[in-house]
Amino acid sequence: MDFSDTAEEAAFRAEARAFLDANAARKAASARGYRSRALDAQAIGESRLWQARKAACGFTGIHWPRRYGGRDGTQMQAIIFAQEEARYDVPVNIFNQSVGMAMPTMMTWGTAEQAGRFARPALFGEELWCQLFSEPGAGSDLAGLRTRAARDGDDWVVNGQKVWTSNAHFAQFGMLVARTDPSLPKHQGMTFFILDMRSPGVEVRQIRQISGTSNFCEVFLSDVRIPDHHRLGAIGQGWAVALTMLANERFVVGEAEGPGAEDILAFAESATLDGQPALQDASVREKIADWYVQEQGLKYTRLRSQTALSRGGVPGPEASIAKLVSATKLQQIAMFGVDLLGQGGAVMEPGTAPLNAWFQEAVLYAPGKRIAGGTDEILRNIIAERVLGMPPDPRADKGIAFNEIPTSAR
Amino acid sequence: MNFDFSADTTAMREQARRFLSDRIAPGTVRRQAESGAPFDAALWSDMARMGWLGAAVPEAFGGAELGYEALCMLAEEIGRTLAPVPFSSSIYLGAEALLLFGTPAQMRRWLPAIADGSVVATLALAEGAGEPAPANIAARFAAGAISGRKLPVFDGGAAGIVVVAARDATGSIGLYLVERGPGVVAHALRTLELGGSAVALDLDGAAAEPLPGATGWPDVMRLLERAAILFAFEQVGGAQAALDMAVAYARERFAFGRPIAAMQAVKHQLADIYVAVELARSNAYHGAWALDSGGGDGAAATARIAATVAYERAATQNIQTHGGIGFTWEADCHLHYRRAKRLSGQIGSARFWRNRLIDILSARNVRGEPDGLQ
Repeated sequence: MDFSDTAEEAAFRAEARAFLDANAARKAASARGYRSRALDAQAIGESRLWQARKAACGFTGIHWPRRYGGRDGTQMQAIIFAQEEARYDVPVNIFNQSVGMAMPTMMTWGTAEQAGRFARPALFGEELWCQLFSEPGAGSDLAGLRTRAARDGDDWVVNGQKVWTSNAHFAQFGMLVARTDPSLPKHQGMTFFILDMRSPGVEVRQIRQISGTSNFCEVFLSDVRIPDHHRLGAIGQGWAVALTMLANERFVVGEAEGPGAEDILAFAESATLDGQPALQDASVREKIADWYVQEQGLKYTRLRSQTALSRGGVPGPEASIAKLVSATKLQQIAMFGVDLLGQGGAVMEPGTAPLNAWFQEAVLYAPGKRIAGGTDEILRNIIAERVLGMPPDPRADKGIAFNEIPTSAR
Repeated sequence: MNFDFSADTTAMREQARRFLSDRIAPGTVRRQAESGAPFDAALWSDMARMGWLGAAVPEAFGGAELGYEALCMLAEEIGRTLAPVPFSSSIYLGAEALLLFGTPAQMRRWLPAIADGSVVATLALAEGAGEPAPANIAARFAAGAISGRKLPVFDGGAAGIVVVAARDATGSIGLYLVERGPGVVAHALRTLELGGSAVALDLDGAAAEPLPGATGWPDVMRLLERAAILFAFEQVGGAQAALDMAVAYARERFAFGRPIAAMQAVKHQLADIYVAVELARSNAYHGAWALDSGGGDGAAATARIAATVAYERAATQNIQTHGGIGFTWEADCHLHYRRAKRLSGQIGSARFWRNRLIDILSARNVRGEPDGLQ
């Protein structure tokens, strides 16, 4: 048992490092503190350039087939590249969903023409994809979605509203799941589409979160026409396609970013509590130790899962564990960092609040981490049902035509 | 990436699991405890025959030299089955103390006997309430003899040899070998755990021989840190077994016309236990790597904290999931609950190890990853 690469992995890592050394600068020693990650035109432009550079050199879409511009590589190689890339100062990656989720789904369900048309522009960052899944009335119960797509000649006409869509305001295409037959039980009446975001009737509005920043959009669809050749999979197969996309999500979603155990430890060493370093306080020590233990547990769980991949296995449910544990831990650490400041804890002035108001900012964005990409409650259901083999809840909407399912208490 | 047990160890685990499930049926542990015998002698000698007791002992000293990875795996399987044998006392503490601090002559004298099961060893560190600390050791060594009272000494009733922590004339803490004999009186102690043979050990001028490699409290901590990783594997095994019991029962038990496992109030609790057990297992794996490589600052404390928390939570929730039946003598739930609580305190509580972890982390010169990994 050790942390070594196989010979093939080591060779690939060396190749990745050579590419990164030639094209990017090493990160300076990790600086602590809040950094706003607003996606302005400049950040998006830099992200596109970096994506194109990686695509030209075979360092994105690593596990894609060669015919679509990939490398025919392994998931493990994709992980190795991500590990190495994280050591460099590179632009923010807005193409994770395109390359990691949308296009693999396209390759699984699309026609050769569809994949041939869309894969390369996505890989080179020329076209950005977003995911049009959640709706105001369909969050954890995604299959309860009500956006309608009705057939009209060679087109489909779409009406409805999507929400929590990252990057929708500058994406060229969306992966859309809509209801095509409300008279069927809810999982059967859906169909999957490729939506050109520039189509008439598509209106994108940014959502303002409690932190005041906007990372998500709502997308209104009014009589939007989608040609039938932009349907992905058969009519009525939409739920299966959506599940493929969600299954790919586990390779993309990682741990929640923000202040961690090492950060609160460093802060507690410098902060004063009752006239002594906060780290000498017994309650502070206990909490930080537990967060550190959780973080180490997540890290070595990740390495176990990578080992399974490396040995030819499939990843298990560790992505669910990582998000469940890290999001709550982030919220607790953020809250505790503010607590350590006592009466001054509420101050968010960047010059006054330590670490550029890192803990305060995290207090405001952490709640979203426990909801986005599967709520804590849904993740616990997934672990209990898929890992522990416990039966699902009885469903009140099972086998009932979608348009007869109750939707409110009134 | 190669962060998992080797194929050899995995194959050995299958054998170990088959052997233990043949030998330990439901009720075995309770009957063993009710028999009054200090441990299951037949099981113990079979374990010796398979090389388990000398798994980490070099062949030169009569061991099987299977390595620490194998020993970690065996600890986990023993924890899973609640095997009524003095494995932790004799192997993680007794044999390890000799390997770390003994002279070649001491190792030649005792390790073969520990490995073949003819002698059980244990550690006498505690003197009543209190965490492991020099201030909590009053037993004195002088002129080849120890006097003092040690309790609890787990498996002391079965032990032929005891590694005793005591202070010398200069006040320095050392470790000493004490054999059963004049000046050694053991009083049986009732403990939380069912069975076993914990004792209070009264030493009154008992003949004692220093383990010369142990030259102060840091060496005692070195022993405890290595043992903490092996304890962690035993705890992870027990936690997994308690979780498995709870899940199996929740799937069988019907209430309100459906299995209680379908209720989120039940399944979310068990999902959280699963997460705790997986994190503990991963931390224990890091500990296994540290045992073999000598690396990994804080690996032992981290593994120990995670495992203690996981086993206590799993054993507690197992009873809760079982409802009233889980509260009865006949159900095996209390065996895990009792063992979990005994293991929690034995070499220092989670509180003790959290403090130690923070000490280790804040003493580091360089922040970040001791093993150089992202």
